[in-house]
Amino acid sequence: MELKFILEPLLFSAQKPMTAKELRDVLASAATAEDADDATKPFKKVKDDDVTAALEELAREHEIAARSFRLVCVAGAWQFVTQPEFAPWLKALVGVKNRPSRLSQAALETLAIIAYRQPVTRAEVEQVRGVNIDGTMQTILERGLVVQSGRAEVVGRPALYSTTALFLEYFGLRGLEDLPAADELRRIPIERPPAPVTVDAGLATAPPEQLQLNAKVKLPEEKTSALPSSSPAAN
Amino acid sequence: MAEYKVQFEVFEGPLDLLLYLIKKEEVDIYEVNLTKLATQFIEYIDLMRAFDLDVAGEFLVMASTLMYIKSRELLPVEQQVVVEAEDEGEDPRWELIRQLVEYKKFKDAAAKLQTLEERQENVFPRLPGKIEFENTEAPALKPEVGIFDLLNAVNSVLKRFQEKTSGTREIYDDKWTVSEKIQYVLKIITARGSVKFSELFASAANRAEVICTFLALLELIRLKQLACVQPEPFAEIEIAHAAQSISSSETSAPEVNPQTETENQQ
Repeated sequence: MELKFILEPLLFSAQKPMTAKELRDVLASAATAEDADDATKPFKKVKDDDVTAALEELAREHEIAARSFRLVCVAGAWQFVTQPEFAPWLKALVGVKNRPSRLSQAALETLAIIAYRQPVTRAEVEQVRGVNIDGTMQTILERGLVVQSGRAEVVGRPALYSTTALFLEYFGLRGLEDLPAADELRRIPIERPPAPVTVDAGLATAPPEQLQLNAKVKLPEEKTSALPSSSPAAN
Repeated sequence: MAEYKVQFEVFEGPLDLLLYLIKKEEVDIYEVNLTKLATQFIEYIDLMRAFDLDVAGEFLVMASTLMYIKSRELLPVEQQVVVEAEDEGEDPRWELIRQLVEYKKFKDAAAKLQTLEERQENVFPRLPGKIEFENTEAPALKPEVGIFDLLNAVNSVLKRFQEKTSGTREIYDDKWTVSEKIQYVLKIITARGSVKFSELFASAANRAEVICTFLALLELIRLKQLACVQPEPFAEIEIAHAAQSISSSETSAPEVNPQTETENQQ
């Protein structure tokens, strides 16, 4: 029997989202039970990676099948979820989800910076946003989306902040690598061009060939990748 | 005044306002005329200053940076501050552009997070109920009658006598024995099948008799002769033959403690 076919009903009946490790443990305990079926034996010592690979394949199959529900991994745990377009009917069935109010623009910006740059100090976030973030930090700390994860080994030993598993759950992300354009934003490699910015009469900015910031394009990844100095560090 | 305040709250900070101004100009960030931008920015600041000084504080820092850039542009190229070796890379224009680009990217990332946030509101996980295996688990239990339920019940019976005997007190011989009462209880239950807890004590004359009957009841329960059941929560306790309650119950094993014995009466 194929591993993915065993994992599917396990997740179908599971009371909570299951990590690859938890699923592996289920496979192991099925194989070591006193009256263990012979079919369970080959999966006694299956590896986490194999479980994850099978789950990923299963998730792909569900996506290709384009059914109304999908297998997803949120914060490292796998579960079946419905597709968002069916929400109107599900809300009628199970009621509106009990979620805290939506985050403000300021909170989302702050969270984005912490998520991509973590661990990060408050001052670093403030530098990017150009504003004081005391109030916003308070909100996202209270909501458990970020935590203090240590102290920076610099003068004053300021607190470092990181996002939590709840952050991943709140946005339905598998992990931090699942953040949109994660490679681009993690440590933004915008550096001063090798040559000093030349002065263009009447235009108080660097010429396009030095900056090449296609600001009209909304997607941030296209801007960074166009930066010559950024490409080596983008990965 | 209120009109302006609403407008300014749209901006999350000076960088946000600058991005807005650049967007309004419909130019790329790298093409923007920072001198013109500085003028526009300061116009906004002038409007803002009166209302919200706290916010204006951050905006003023930006305004001064822009003023510096603007003033620098007024000088001929050869007279501009030469970048010193020690503060290399401090070209204020580049610094501002870099900051704007960086902020823009995180602003876009925040917009994506917002999309995910809204999407997640409409995603429902599968939450299966706990699977019940009827043949291995006990059937839905009637409320268990424990020792404390019995004590509560006998206590309420005893209260009746407390009221009666207040005032004068009489001292009786111990006319009743537990073994006698065992016979009495068994007789009633054999005759009637089951009996309500209070009925068992209906004929009791005083506290001593009640206690004797109660001890007899406990003894019979201990010997697994009788079982106590409560047909529904808070209903009166009923007493029946243990064997009878088992026969009428479908799945209970005979070894089950009579106090936790259940009976299917429906």
